[in-house]
Amino acid sequence: MSEAVAVHEGAEPAETPLTPESWGKLGMWLFLAGDAMSFGGLIVGYGLLRYASNKWPVPKDVLGINLTAFMTFLLIVSSVWMVLALAAIQEGNKARFQKFLGLVILGGALFLGCQAYEWTHLLGHRLPELGIAFSNNLFATTFFVLTGFHGMHVTGGVIYNSCVLAAVSRGRYQAKHVEIAGLYWHFVDLVWILIFTFVYLL
Amino acid sequence: MASTAHSQNNYIKIFIILSVLTVIEVGITFLGLPKMLLATLLVTFAVWKAALVAMHFMHLKFEKTTLTIVALVPFALCVFLILMLLPDIYPH
Repeated sequence: MSEAVAVHEGAEPAETPLTPESWGKLGMWLFLAGDAMSFGGLIVGYGLLRYASNKWPVPKDVLGINLTAFMTFLLIVSSVWMVLALAAIQEGNKARFQKFLGLVILGGALFLGCQAYEWTHLLGHRLPELGIAFSNNLFATTFFVLTGFHGMHVTGGVIYNSCVLAAVSRGRYQAKHVEIAGLYWHFVDLVWILIFTFVYLL
Repeated sequence: MASTAHSQNNYIKIFIILSVLTVIEVGITFLGLPKMLLATLLVTFAVWKAALVAMHFMHLKFEKTTLTIVALVPFALCVFLILMLLPDIYPH
């Protein structure tokens, strides 16, 4: 213990693993790590229930994957827009930044629209046709919990990004704040990539 | 920190790889492959895509190791969770 303290005190500030400038980034990463555990718990729980069930429908046949493949593409594209928005503000190009972050927000909103349409369709037509009820079927429950939890994150991301856009436009936020918002948005994209595979394709 | 035209080209490259992997993923589900093979391929592609997003879009590849450790902890715990749950379902 005393040895570790001595080493720490002896180190130059520049050699510490994280500089004060990156504390915000570390904070976001810690939040994302916790969030990843929430998603991890849900996905592992889903896998456990599915593996232990005797009857489990083929997800692709029930859910259809044309729309969700498009939604996956949408999130990947919006991730690229986010990266381009960050690059723009780092170069000091505010107009270009606003254009790309606007596109990110639009992409997120469009994703939510697609998901609302998908849920409405599933709950109103598809699932009743197959005799699957939302309340007494593990397939339906795990599906809505996982996609719903993710949808909440997209909703949060759209609000977060809108706030960042407004704050940068008013000159209160700089590139480092955009980078942190970007981390959150890419994480939402990353989780959807996993959910798309585990819930829809497998 | 991202900078200049080079890194932007790199982002477009990653975007193309991600798109192609997604198309392959969707495509192989229609081939009627054996269940285990399909599952292995799909999980491999998904983890590959997730790693690309984390390393390039989230800059983990260019960050200090501390952040990579933070990012890897949840995955280690998920593996632990799976191992702890396996005895419950193993003799199916």
